[in-house]
Amino acid sequence: MADFVDGYVLPTAIIVAQILAIVLPLLVAVAYLTYAERKVIAAMQMRKGPNVVGPFGLLQPLADGLKLFMKETVVPSGANRAVFVLAPMLTFILSLIAWAVIPFNEGWVLADINVGVLYLFAISSLGVYGIIMAGWASNSKYAFLGAMRSAAQMVSYEVSIGLVMISVLLTAGTLNLSQLVEAQKTVWYVIPHLPMFVIFFISALAETNRAPFDLPEAEAELVSGYNVEYSSMTFALFFLGEYANMILMSGIMTILFLGGWLPPLDIAPFNWIPGIVWFGLKVALLLFGFLWVRATFPRYRYDQLMRLGWKVFLPFSLIWLVLTAGVLMATGWVPTK
Amino acid sequence: MIVQALVFYMFAAIAVAGGVMVISARNPVHSVLFLILVFFNAAGLFLLLGAEFLAMVLVVVYVGAVAVLFLFVVMMLDINYLKLREGFLQYLPTGALVGLVLLVELGLVLGSWVFAPEAPAQLAAPTPADLTNTEALGQIVYTQYVYLFQAAGLILLVAMVGTILLTLRARDGVRRQNISRQISRTREESVEIRKVPTRGGI
Amino acid sequence: MDGLLLEYLPILIFIGIAVVVAGAAVAASYIAARQRPDSEKTSAYECGFDAFDDARSKFEVRFYLVAILFIIFDLEVAFLFPWAVSLGEVGMFGFWSMMVFLGVLTIGFIYEWKKGALEWE
Repeated sequence: MADFVDGYVLPTAIIVAQILAIVLPLLVAVAYLTYAERKVIAAMQMRKGPNVVGPFGLLQPLADGLKLFMKETVVPSGANRAVFVLAPMLTFILSLIAWAVIPFNEGWVLADINVGVLYLFAISSLGVYGIIMAGWASNSKYAFLGAMRSAAQMVSYEVSIGLVMISVLLTAGTLNLSQLVEAQKTVWYVIPHLPMFVIFFISALAETNRAPFDLPEAEAELVSGYNVEYSSMTFALFFLGEYANMILMSGIMTILFLGGWLPPLDIAPFNWIPGIVWFGLKVALLLFGFLWVRATFPRYRYDQLMRLGWKVFLPFSLIWLVLTAGVLMATGWVPTK
Repeated sequence: MIVQALVFYMFAAIAVAGGVMVISARNPVHSVLFLILVFFNAAGLFLLLGAEFLAMVLVVVYVGAVAVLFLFVVMMLDINYLKLREGFLQYLPTGALVGLVLLVELGLVLGSWVFAPEAPAQLAAPTPADLTNTEALGQIVYTQYVYLFQAAGLILLVAMVGTILLTLRARDGVRRQNISRQISRTREESVEIRKVPTRGGI
Repeated sequence: MDGLLLEYLPILIFIGIAVVVAGAAVAASYIAARQRPDSEKTSAYECGFDAFDDARSKFEVRFYLVAILFIIFDLEVAFLFPWAVSLGEVGMFGFWSMMVFLGVLTIGFIYEWKKGALEWE
């Protein structure tokens, strides 16, 4: 019996505790990201933003969540019930489980797998399902059109994300995310791979359906696209998933380009601060970028969006990849075991 | 070890059940969704074998790309569900034959373990010591199996050309954005300033 | 081998917990909130009109084209991953072998571009 407890129950309990230690702060971060978004955009438009519920409106996200929770779950009569409910759950689940491999600090990672980058790539390539399923199951024209657009868009930018990841992998020589961060001790990859960082950032905007690529939910023409028929918690799960994906994308960018938990300079005042704080700061900085872009740029037209993905990003990142490999081979800097 | 066995049976059972649902589901979209479930569990089985890279690539390529295409096709084609089921019995013999051939082939592969006990020894270990699965693959695919690798490239090229030949239809009367023309417009050819006399019009 | 699987166990548990959290959220809201569906509420949204016909219709073939091209490039990326991590070991031969592979696919890409398969109207 004691064997059973020590061998199975205890490790499982520890893992569950670790998972909760990731999920709960993440959900709080998502809630306050929505608050930050409203405040930041308000400030950029010389408005005040939410300031009524609680001090400085700090309780606003909780009020929003509670409101959504207490709403009726409307399932359209023409909809395919099972798929309709499954779609938002899938989006939400995918946005959570990707965090299993993210290293927050040296050794602070739930599953330190050898193929961390591939795992993230796989999870992000699944994100399209929640949207297609929602659009199809709703049996509404707006939802369907939004879902089709969104699917084609996400799929198009997925390719350049893959190619950018490979350029970084070439320089690091590993698929393990912790080792990838360690490899950036000498220089953050944002410096040698600056163009790739820009491409990745823009592709991340397209992957998360954020402005200026928010065509799937273009409220002016598609009345919020694939989630038009959703209400209550099913809508909330889409919403949470979308914002959790934004944080995830910022986390991936931090790990691939901004040196994860590493301080900018390994000298006295910087390396006193724990790594998790650096990680959080970098993620917050990138998230601010997401919000800034939304407040600044008008929406892309669909043909321009496809052109950018297939005719600009794809060839450019392919050329950069070949260039990176060539330079590494020529200079003998290829990482070897 | 027990956990491993339990997880194996879980993945295997879900994969088989999902496979049955793929062919028996009434709605083709549901079939594709069950197919995705099967892919996932197959990826899990690959993981149990220690083939991490294959497991991830199975998810990336099959679930992330191929199944998306399947979904596109079954969602958008006007399929008459009842009509689709009519042919079920008609195709049953052909399907059964293909299934039988596959079963025999599987039997032959597994049978070699019995007839030739030395055969399993020729299996390469999925993960050589002190190398990750991905690196182990990378060290042989591009050098030892270079011809097969290039053949894969050619197949992809054929697929690309074939797709375009089959699906691309040029349409008339479509206005496209020509960026170089848009940028190279000068002030002289696009704007004209005229003196308009009062009440005269142009 | 066992160590490798042990790293994946948390992911399996994580998936389980995520499923439970998502399911619980929907179910709890369904129970807690008042459910009073009526035919107007549950009809598909179409700017106040009754929906004309089934929303699932034939679609522009270009979407299929994008999906197929995506599969091809996704496979290309899948081939690149092991190459990227083992470039140091496979040396010059491995490097040029990949360059030939990419060259072949670039020919296909140029063909696509010239044929206008990447245009969108």
